[in-house]
Amino acid sequence: MNLAAFIAMLGRDGRVARRNFLPLLLQNLVQPMLFVFIFGRVMTTSGMMPEAYKSLLLPGIIAMSMLLSGLQAVAFPMIADFQFTREIEDRLLAPMAIEWVAIEKVVAGAIQALIAGGVVIPTAILILGSGVQISFAQPVELVALALLVATLAAAIGLTLGCSLGQQQIGIMFSLIIGPMIFFGCTYYPLSALASFPILQTLVLLNPFVYASEGFRSALVPQFPHLSGPAVFAGLIGFNALFLFVGLQQFRKKAIG
Amino acid sequence: MDVGIRIDGLRKVYTSPPPAAPMARGGPMGGQRLFKRPEKKKIEIVALDGMSLEVQPGEIFGLLGPNGAGKSTTVGILTTRVKPTAGAAWIGGHEVWRERVAVKRMIGVVPQKPNLDFALTAREILTYHAAYFGIPPAERLGRAADLLDRFKLGDRADQMVHGFSGGMMQRLSIARALMHAPQVLFLDEPSTGLDPQTRLLLWELIRDFNRDGHTVLLTTHNMEEADALCDRLAIVDHGRVIATGTPQDLKRSVPGGFVVRLAFDRVTDGLRAALAAIPGVTELQTPPDGGVDLYADQGGTLIPHIVSAAAAAGATIHDIHISEPSLENLFLHHTGRRLRE
Repeated sequence: MNLAAFIAMLGRDGRVARRNFLPLLLQNLVQPMLFVFIFGRVMTTSGMMPEAYKSLLLPGIIAMSMLLSGLQAVAFPMIADFQFTREIEDRLLAPMAIEWVAIEKVVAGAIQALIAGGVVIPTAILILGSGVQISFAQPVELVALALLVATLAAAIGLTLGCSLGQQQIGIMFSLIIGPMIFFGCTYYPLSALASFPILQTLVLLNPFVYASEGFRSALVPQFPHLSGPAVFAGLIGFNALFLFVGLQQFRKKAIG
Repeated sequence: MDVGIRIDGLRKVYTSPPPAAPMARGGPMGGQRLFKRPEKKKIEIVALDGMSLEVQPGEIFGLLGPNGAGKSTTVGILTTRVKPTAGAAWIGGHEVWRERVAVKRMIGVVPQKPNLDFALTAREILTYHAAYFGIPPAERLGRAADLLDRFKLGDRADQMVHGFSGGMMQRLSIARALMHAPQVLFLDEPSTGLDPQTRLLLWELIRDFNRDGHTVLLTTHNMEEADALCDRLAIVDHGRVIATGTPQDLKRSVPGGFVVRLAFDRVTDGLRAALAAIPGVTELQTPPDGGVDLYADQGGTLIPHIVSAAAAAGATIHDIHISEPSLENLFLHHTGRRLRE
């Protein structure tokens, strides 16, 4: 590996992200914040939802925002690069093995996901108003979780970005990302699926579940959640899987 | 140290349409062979079919051939972007596919279609490229300023490149390829779509790079460019080299030099014999489209003889086309096809 080239590419991605900071932020955060406002604020204040739902919703929203921003930060430029602009060719010709170009993209995407998480937490708490009961009593677990969720988001982005074409972006949202969010325990805890035992087992194949349940176990341990070891095993396993598949797909796209 | 290029028996078979140039240009996969295996329903496109050639250090070498001849695939393999199916290529002492990283340090690549980083300014494109090659900040800023100046891009240096004209993008692509001071420069169809003035500037820039003893390999289907720029040429068709030599040598190898392409309503053996017997005609070929090609040491002065030969054979002349000694004729002579067909 060539550290100078790797860092220069991170610098390039950082520069581009800073240049598009506001649009990127809006692209990633408007929708989650609307959810927070309607379900966490309007529905609870009106009494249609219990006040405790605020605390239950917040970890899911953090997970979803991080996953979406990390995923899109890698997948969208990949799709455009390989299909139209071929911008990435300049980096593929840099003096290092091309796999590091993909890993650099994952690191850059993970950093964007972490920034999204960092923005979402205070914004969401502000929107939710009083009655949010979250604890930061397990900082090490929280940081480890955040890092794993961030790299998972970027690795999923790498896999999708190197497997799909421009025409399939709509399909990607409606058939892949949509179901992953709704079956990802984002708006409800896994325990809420107790009356649907088959579904409760099936959703364990969804990586988003480990992110939402993980943040629940770290931030709102007072509610039922997936156990810590299960969360970490799921996140590490899916990280490895998507990195492996993503790199395979990247090689296929990058080499003629 | 000056660096040469060697290609030995390269073969490339695509099992899906190649991502690079030929499809993107919208044209048919001219010249490439399609084998369809009914039992597998798998497409196999043979882009290179045993390509071998050698480029001497310090040469400007041209690959000349029609679209789909295998030029871009050859450049793709030499620049580590395409994996050969069989055979090997060396740049300097390095086997390209095995020692990709070492090879990437030595080469500069100007692609056929601009692939500039649209999220960056012209200056940033150059400085980030240099940073990928580990060139320290002060030095890369200096080099970028220098190249932007030389390539007449100084006044647009700090603008994003999406508003740039084709010529400006092409110049910036070359500047980028030169940022890390490569020893070998690859240019894939460098002057496609450029106006004549920009083309001349481009040729000058390529000659400047070559003057320092650096090797240049370019692909073109433009005869004029090959003639004006290249020390040596390889004529490529169907993924093979069909002739190599200096432009002068190659032109001289065409019998007679002139080509008179004739079209008749019908071509009989008697007509062919009468045409071949005309004084000055050195060779007669019958191309697949049905006409007659006369290779001769003269052009227009043959016409009266042709007219009387046709009249004697009872054939009607539909078309006469005379071309003077050129690489175009050379291509025609070797392949029976014109370059732009």
